[in-house]
Amino acid sequence: MRPILLQGHERSLTQIKYGDLLFSTAKDHVVCAWYSANGERLGTYNGHQGALWTVDVDPTTTLLATGAADNTIKLWEVRTGRCLKTWDFPTAVKRVEFSEDATLLLGVTEMRMGHLGTVVVFPINVDVDAEQADEPLFTITFRESKATVAAWSYLNKFIITGHEDGTVSQYDGKTGELIQDIQAHEPDMQITDIQMAPDRTYFITASKDKTAKLIETNTLRILKTYQTDTPLNSAAITAKKDFIILGGGQEARDVTTTIARQGKFEARFFHKIFEDEIGRVRGHFGPLNTVACHPQGTGYASGGEDGYVRVHHFDKPYFDFKYEVEKMAKA
Amino acid sequence: MAPHSNYDEEEDIDFSDLREQYEVRLDEGLDTFVVVDGCPKVPEDSKAKLVKFLCKKLSDAGKVKPEGVFMPLNEETGQTEGYAFVEYETPEQALAACKKLSGLPLDKKHTIYINKLTDIEHFGREGKVKEEYVEPAYEPFVEQEHLRSWLEDPSARDQMIMFRGDSVGVFWNKKKDTPEQIVDRVHWTESFVQWSPLGTYLTSIHAQGVQLWGGASWKRIRRFAHPFVNLVDYSPNENYLVTWSNKPITIPDVLPPNFPLTADEDGKNFIIWDIKTGKVIRSFASIEAPEAADKGRKKISWPSFKWSSDDKYVARVVPGQAVQVYQTPEMTLLGKKSIKIDGVVDFEWQPAIPVSGKGKPQTEQLFAYWTPEIGNQTARAGLMSVPSKEIVRTRNLVNVSDCKLHWQNEGKYLCVKVDRHTKTKKSNYTSLEFFRVTEKNIPVEIVELKQVVVNFSWEPKGDRFVFITVDEAVAGAAVAPKTNVHFYAPEKTKSGIPGEWMCTKTVEKKNSNAIYWAPKGRFAVIATVHSQQSFELEFWDFDFEGEKQKQEKAPANKDLACNLMLMATAEHYGVTDVEWDPTGRYVATSASFWKHQMENGYHLYDFKGQLLREEHIERFNQFLWRPRPPTMLTKEDLKTIRKNLREYSRQFDEEDEFEESFKNKEVVEARKRLLDEWRAWRERCERELERDRKEAGWTPPVAVEGGEETVVEEIVEEVIEEKEEEIQ
Repeated sequence: MRPILLQGHERSLTQIKYGDLLFSTAKDHVVCAWYSANGERLGTYNGHQGALWTVDVDPTTTLLATGAADNTIKLWEVRTGRCLKTWDFPTAVKRVEFSEDATLLLGVTEMRMGHLGTVVVFPINVDVDAEQADEPLFTITFRESKATVAAWSYLNKFIITGHEDGTVSQYDGKTGELIQDIQAHEPDMQITDIQMAPDRTYFITASKDKTAKLIETNTLRILKTYQTDTPLNSAAITAKKDFIILGGGQEARDVTTTIARQGKFEARFFHKIFEDEIGRVRGHFGPLNTVACHPQGTGYASGGEDGYVRVHHFDKPYFDFKYEVEKMAKA
Repeated sequence: MAPHSNYDEEEDIDFSDLREQYEVRLDEGLDTFVVVDGCPKVPEDSKAKLVKFLCKKLSDAGKVKPEGVFMPLNEETGQTEGYAFVEYETPEQALAACKKLSGLPLDKKHTIYINKLTDIEHFGREGKVKEEYVEPAYEPFVEQEHLRSWLEDPSARDQMIMFRGDSVGVFWNKKKDTPEQIVDRVHWTESFVQWSPLGTYLTSIHAQGVQLWGGASWKRIRRFAHPFVNLVDYSPNENYLVTWSNKPITIPDVLPPNFPLTADEDGKNFIIWDIKTGKVIRSFASIEAPEAADKGRKKISWPSFKWSSDDKYVARVVPGQAVQVYQTPEMTLLGKKSIKIDGVVDFEWQPAIPVSGKGKPQTEQLFAYWTPEIGNQTARAGLMSVPSKEIVRTRNLVNVSDCKLHWQNEGKYLCVKVDRHTKTKKSNYTSLEFFRVTEKNIPVEIVELKQVVVNFSWEPKGDRFVFITVDEAVAGAAVAPKTNVHFYAPEKTKSGIPGEWMCTKTVEKKNSNAIYWAPKGRFAVIATVHSQQSFELEFWDFDFEGEKQKQEKAPANKDLACNLMLMATAEHYGVTDVEWDPTGRYVATSASFWKHQMENGYHLYDFKGQLLREEHIERFNQFLWRPRPPTMLTKEDLKTIRKNLREYSRQFDEEDEFEESFKNKEVVEARKRLLDEWRAWRERCERELERDRKEAGWTPPVAVEGGEETVVEEIVEEVIEEKEEEIQ
């Protein structure tokens, strides 16, 4: 599994979306689009004035949404790089996500300068030439602990939010009302990532408490726990194979004081069902900020604090690998 | 109910406890008075003389004025009553007088007894002390747990402690598998844990003192109150315990109930305890080294009190002057005085009393000591026999900068590592002086080296040794100088007495700095610990059962009792500690959080150097094998076992295999269950999703099967060669 190294960013990566095309955002104000097959850069989306925190693309690869530290969410046409819409906010935007039918877009805004953290939900018209709404459908405001990440459930039933204090909450996807919350991770350990399974019936959370958890969307029941020895920044669920991929590493601010070996800058593969660690992939020389899986399960990509994206296409042995029990069950 | 009616109820409240607490103590101010009993009875005219005499005697504890002494006269006889009331300036002085001066003989007939006036008031009243002696009730006998129950493990596994984070756990060693936890307690100790030398007790250290734990249920066996204790040491047979604190003990004036320390321990740093009774047997103050006082932080050489191998004697050195040898259990100086040895720096007991051929019980035992050059006298290493205090052997040494005494663990040999300097004091070198203690007249053999030896280690139960020398440091070089590891063995002789020691191998240009012999000898691990760059572990076999290895260093015609072979090398990043298990089957190496914060955890190797298990544990502090007491088997039993070793090993292999297959089966079962659960959940989930989607009337855009599998073709042009040609 020889990775393709994408060297287009000058600063640390913040989020990547991986499919046939790969979209990456970094703190250097530019969104990059790449051919994931060979790592050739397709183009960039210029316009943001601050560090980019987040990116998402709709299922038909028509629209691209980005959120940045310049307090805006921008909507782009993927094909041309044209900026379709800019929404302004009082604080930075940490996460954006399209719903599975691409009719809704959520954005998570920071708590800063007296403003509370919120989740805003906009209606989206998938037509590139259509006018987009100026005002959100509704806003969820967090009085206690701010949300750091959020995601849509299937059929837009719920919005799942992960918080700074380690809780996971479930909000009604139509009204924004709180339905329930659980202390999924250690108290006061930030949840750093939420990624939905392909059919959005369950999701994975990554936390600074060094664990990742698999949680059922409807009930918020914790299905699985994956224990590691390093703070985690990102977690992804692979399609096709029952694996999950975790990325993390020592806090960026502590990195200079230690050697690379100590930093644990590896992507870790766990078996989704058995919670066993299967393997690690080295390569980055800074903590992994984001990992993403190909929707067809053919590969994964990771973006690091070191400014590089590494795209990996899985080899045959990866697909052949099976536990004895799995083989028996198939037969 | 009317509000004011509450007042009546309050009348009934019992205030006695508060009253007691805040009651004005009427006898306050009488604390400076003491009562002196046992004075001679004198007529009135000699009273002044006696008072003066008494004042002189009593002023040892504090100032006493003749006006402060009241000596009542008996009107009838015209003589003094034989007691006196004496006032000191402060209550502390009065207390000191009671402690120090009570029982002081005035002359042959008279001995004075001093008590505090308040005590006399308190105890002297009628009924305060019962007239009749009441025998204390005997506590019923309670069956105690067997303290050595861990030795009964059917598969003879070893136990170990792992101290990580705040919790201390005791585990069974399960080789490759996760250690089986026996007990795990959070905050079991406040600083570190320690096993007793035979593994009976687990020692935990607290600000209040030391606690001993053991038995199958890991309950507390003993506690030894020594405030702010820093270090503990056991006698070799677990009869006595030495505790040390850098802060001298202060005894409060009012002793809390069950306080085990008495005024005798005031100002002391060391306490020697009897483990079986839990009582103090003697306490000592630290010996202040005169030059160390101004250096600020003092270094203590531990253990300060060294035990003879049979627990019979305990001794410490008074630097430069003498060795104090105490006899147990009375804890009196041997022969009532310390053994004067001018200039003595250090001493070391013979670790075992070698069995003499005649089968006569040996009563004498040895300790080795050394003295540096003083004036005209050369430095000297010597052996002294105890209790006769006879010097059995000395050896004069010149140009000595330091000495270290290394006994072979059976007490057969003593190696004195002499660090020397050349006459100009520009360079250093080491010579090793070997005393063959069990041979007649104790012959001495010398190995002279050109380098400085940093580490030396005898083979336990053997007569071979390994040492490490260090190359001369290059001035200003950033890297530490390289080290060389030397392996020595005695020449084979016909008589059976080991012949001259010779080098069998030298490994040069290493970083190794530590030697760890297997507890039963033969195998040794040479390691690099506490290093930033190198983390090497080398596993050596001294009796390799195979082709005879070449003896690189020894002359070809000499045959050494050794066949040295490097079995394996390993690396453990950040290793700080290496420990063999007490049976010599496994080696545990650990990276302790106390030393650095990188990849703390432990590795487990077998004696051949094969890695069995590695675990990274956050804030891993200590890994300690539980020691085992010496075997109870006779020599004949051991011989039979050795003969049938093959048979046993077959049995053990079978057991291992059985366990392995059993365990595998368990894991497979568990996985199967997990998988089934997951599949069932997924099925339910998918059904629900299908239903919900139907209700919502939305289906995800179905990916066209096969259409997704696009093949990306990439045409790569490569310029193989470029040539420029001129065209006419």
